Amino acid sequence: MAMLRPAGDFDRSYEQDMALLRQPWHYWLLGVSLLAAFTLPLWGDAYLISTANQIAYTVIAVQGLNILTGYTGQISLSQAAFMLVGGYASALIVIHAGLSFFIALPLAALVAGAIGLIFGLTSLRVKGFYLAFATLAAQFIIPWLSRHTFKAYLGGTEGAIEVPLPQLGGVNFGEVSNFYYISLIVLLITTVLLFNISRTRLGRAFVSVRDNDLAAELLGVNLFTYKLRAFFIAAMLAGLAGAIKAHSQRGVGTEFGYSLNESIIFLGMLVIGGLGTNLGPFLGVAFIVFLEDFSNLLGGMLAAVFPELSGQLLTSFRPIFFGLALMLFLIYEPRGLAHRWQLLRAGWRLRPFAR
Amino acid sequence: MNWSLVPQQFVTGLLNGGTIGLIALGIVLIYKSSEVFNFAHGHLVMFGAFLTWWFTGGGAEPGGALIDLPLWAAVIAALIASMGIGLLIERFALRPMTGQPLLAIMLMTLGLAQLIEGVTAILFGVELKSNFPAPFSPSDVLIIPFPGAFGDAIRLKYTLVATFAVATLAATLFIWFFNNTRTGLAMRATAEDHEVARSVGIKVRRVFGLSWGIAGVIATLGGVLLATVSGVSLNLSTVALIAFPAILLGGLESLGGALLGGFAIGLVQALVQASRLIEVRNSSEIAPYLLLLVVLLIRPEGLFGQKRIERI
Repeated sequence: MAMLRPAGDFDRSYEQDMALLRQPWHYWLLGVSLLAAFTLPLWGDAYLISTANQIAYTVIAVQGLNILTGYTGQISLSQAAFMLVGGYASALIVIHAGLSFFIALPLAALVAGAIGLIFGLTSLRVKGFYLAFATLAAQFIIPWLSRHTFKAYLGGTEGAIEVPLPQLGGVNFGEVSNFYYISLIVLLITTVLLFNISRTRLGRAFVSVRDNDLAAELLGVNLFTYKLRAFFIAAMLAGLAGAIKAHSQRGVGTEFGYSLNESIIFLGMLVIGGLGTNLGPFLGVAFIVFLEDFSNLLGGMLAAVFPELSGQLLTSFRPIFFGLALMLFLIYEPRGLAHRWQLLRAGWRLRPFAR
Repeated sequence: MNWSLVPQQFVTGLLNGGTIGLIALGIVLIYKSSEVFNFAHGHLVMFGAFLTWWFTGGGAEPGGALIDLPLWAAVIAALIASMGIGLLIERFALRPMTGQPLLAIMLMTLGLAQLIEGVTAILFGVELKSNFPAPFSPSDVLIIPFPGAFGDAIRLKYTLVATFAVATLAATLFIWFFNNTRTGLAMRATAEDHEVARSVGIKVRRVFGLSWGIAGVIATLGGVLLATVSGVSLNLSTVALIAFPAILLGGLESLGGALLGGFAIGLVQALVQASRLIEVRNSSEIAPYLLLLVVLLIRPEGLFGQKRIERI
């Protein structure tokens, strides 16, 4: 989907041709949005900061799913379960090994990645929705193990444990306005690492596996290792996100979510944002998070009017709105918000001519 | 293993498996005719159970019910309503998706599942409904003497026997319908090739609609059977998810396989409960999924499915 650039903007060197930031306003936009993101705790209210924190770690998980589902085309219904693995790994490392959260975080990502590899092994034999079943099994088995088999080792009741707060020097990350910086910086790192992936050997191999796996194999892409790499990256990012979520909620366990529903919502976020795009996870996560907040708000308002129905009003708008949004996007804009954004930009650039 | 429990668990599991098989049948039916894998089937099952419960007047205050039908009439009303819902789903959710990639269609059914869950919650409330009219009281127990079993007998609740009878009867009926009637033949032809089916005068759209309608009916029937055993709640959709391992075990293309897969899953779930180890006993929730992983690794096409041959 080559974007048109205005006439007269000629690249004179290879570096210019490959540049990610092409025009002055790209730098301006990047600078302003980074400034806005980093100063958010100074001017935003508590709701905005905690929402931004939630968006940040959710985007990391959805970025992982984007690698696996968006680029490599392997359907995964177990992203939430890998988040659970990452959360437990990080919490247990901090509690039992006494390491700092900032060391536990990458270790948790590796642990989640290793578990992801185990379930990724099924992708050798099966593909399409058969793989969806393998990941569905993972989504049931992992939380169940944490609740039953390993609950004695994990500690706590029903496997749910309290997670200590990260500390760095004299800074305590108990306040969400401080913790937000951790999520933000990890998000920035993952974004920078993933930004260019579709132009690397790895990313192109992923896309070729998605588009036609047999043709990819004939071209010398080792299907098995590349699928496993995609699984590893996806589970690793889920592990990162899970570790951050666990520490910011100060607890981990199945009572904090991590259910099949959450995995489905991640897929929905990805599709609404745009599969296989860098912008997609950001747009999709923001859209769904605000949609959920809106449905909670609407439910709360209606519950105040009809108090006898409050139980069902508070819980039912979220799935209704999410389901409707997902269905409408699939019918009317299957390429997601990122594609809308592209169209808007093209329209602006080609103005006053028709798109 | 606690061997004295095995005979009892074996029979109970087999009887439970009938309902699982019936639910699995509905998914296979849609897959066979339109190659859509319906992740919303569990939610249709749940919605059907809620509908039936509502038609029996379960939601209203005693005496002030808007509709207060006996169970058999409520079931028939719910079956008709769910057929309509199946047709609506096909028309408004799946037909616009014709020709879209697999992932998109799968996500459509997942979105549909969420929508049905929300609609059910807002219409009927979120709490467990334990007043689903039971045709038999829980103390009606059939006792079959069986030396060597726990208490030297196998105890079977009438409810369980009745659900098994209804489930297997319905499943056999649908399989017969699919294999031996003109409409069933049209559905099989559509499953084979849309173009060819069209060229011999089959209205492919009507067949799609019909198969969704029938799937709605099967789902509601399964929901009623599940509800008589365990009451009506939003959890029924998760309970119905164990139909997926049953389908993969039996093979995606095989209706009879779905039913047999249902029996197998029911057996596995019940037999792990005969174990002496508490960890294994607890695993009846996930044992079907472990079996699913094994099936995927060893024989992805299932017992009676077709092996996939890809053409480049």
